[in-house]
Amino acid sequence: MFQDITTLLLDPKAFKDTIDLFVERYRDQNISVVAGVEARGFIFGPPIALAIGAKFVPMRKPKKLPGPVISEEYSLEYGTDKIEMHVGVVQAGERALIIDDLIATGGTLSAAIRLLERVEVQVVECACVIELPELKGRERLGDKALFVLVNGS
Amino acid sequence: MSACTDEDPRLHGIRTKIRVVPNFPKSGIMFQDITTLLLDPKAFKDTIDLFVERYKGKNISVVAGIEARGFIFGPPIALAIGAKFVPLRKPKKLPGKVISQEYILEYGRDCLEMHVGAVESGERALVVDDLIATGGTLCAAMDLLERVGAEVVECACVIELPELKGRERLNGKPLYVLVEYLDD
Repeated sequence: MFQDITTLLLDPKAFKDTIDLFVERYRDQNISVVAGVEARGFIFGPPIALAIGAKFVPMRKPKKLPGPVISEEYSLEYGTDKIEMHVGVVQAGERALIIDDLIATGGTLSAAIRLLERVEVQVVECACVIELPELKGRERLGDKALFVLVNGS
Repeated sequence: MSACTDEDPRLHGIRTKIRVVPNFPKSGIMFQDITTLLLDPKAFKDTIDLFVERYKGKNISVVAGIEARGFIFGPPIALAIGAKFVPLRKPKKLPGKVISQEYILEYGRDCLEMHVGAVESGERALVVDDLIATGGTLCAAMDLLERVGAEVVECACVIELPELKGRERLNGKPLYVLVEYLDD
């Protein structure tokens, strides 16, 4: 049952409220990095980054980012996929958020966490609009906290 | 219209933050990488502000952003001007009913899709992408919006590659860009 956030984006007040809820939570947390997972994380991440004064770091499917990248593989139901991040965009010790529209099995988010931790960034929290709790993605995030606005079940 | 000599002081900061990566995705292409701009919160904010200042109060109710880098610039503009954000996507990404517009690439074709019902006839729209090259994708985006009766007020990009003459391909639709890249 696909959870479609595009209808949320058609309502300017609801979209603004979504961003405001994240911004209110994170603005005083000394977060300097907002990492957004391609492609729907690109819709929610930048407005949050702009509001809290953080940089926005896109995490992309393979071969989309030009120049040197680091990659992290993760499992799918059948097979594996990869996400990539640019080398040199974050520094050791920076505090980061990871944003995506939805957490399902947690595969993509856990790969994103590993990418940031490999370069010694502290992942403060993962933030999604929707969680599908039956898929237990939260457990796959290890000790990382997860903040979501709604449960889809 | 693009940045002229009597230019807004913010444009210098924006221009210097764009990284050119040679030979990506293939030999001979000087890739304009905006991700370095996104690493500078002030420059990224200035980029959005320049667009918002231009479009606020113009009765624009739709900002359409082209996947994927148009998703980075479109939503902040939409939020600031009180418009809806409509993602225009590669095939099979949008669930439910869509309309499709095919367009020609250097080799072969591609297709852009928009949700049925996202935009109503008579709405005033912007199309946003990070860059205009040949203009093929922007044309397809405008076609989608015009097919449902929307009025495309302007196309807005951070970067233009004027040598590729994309502006001419827009059939008279205005184009606003912040920086031009000239290969010298």
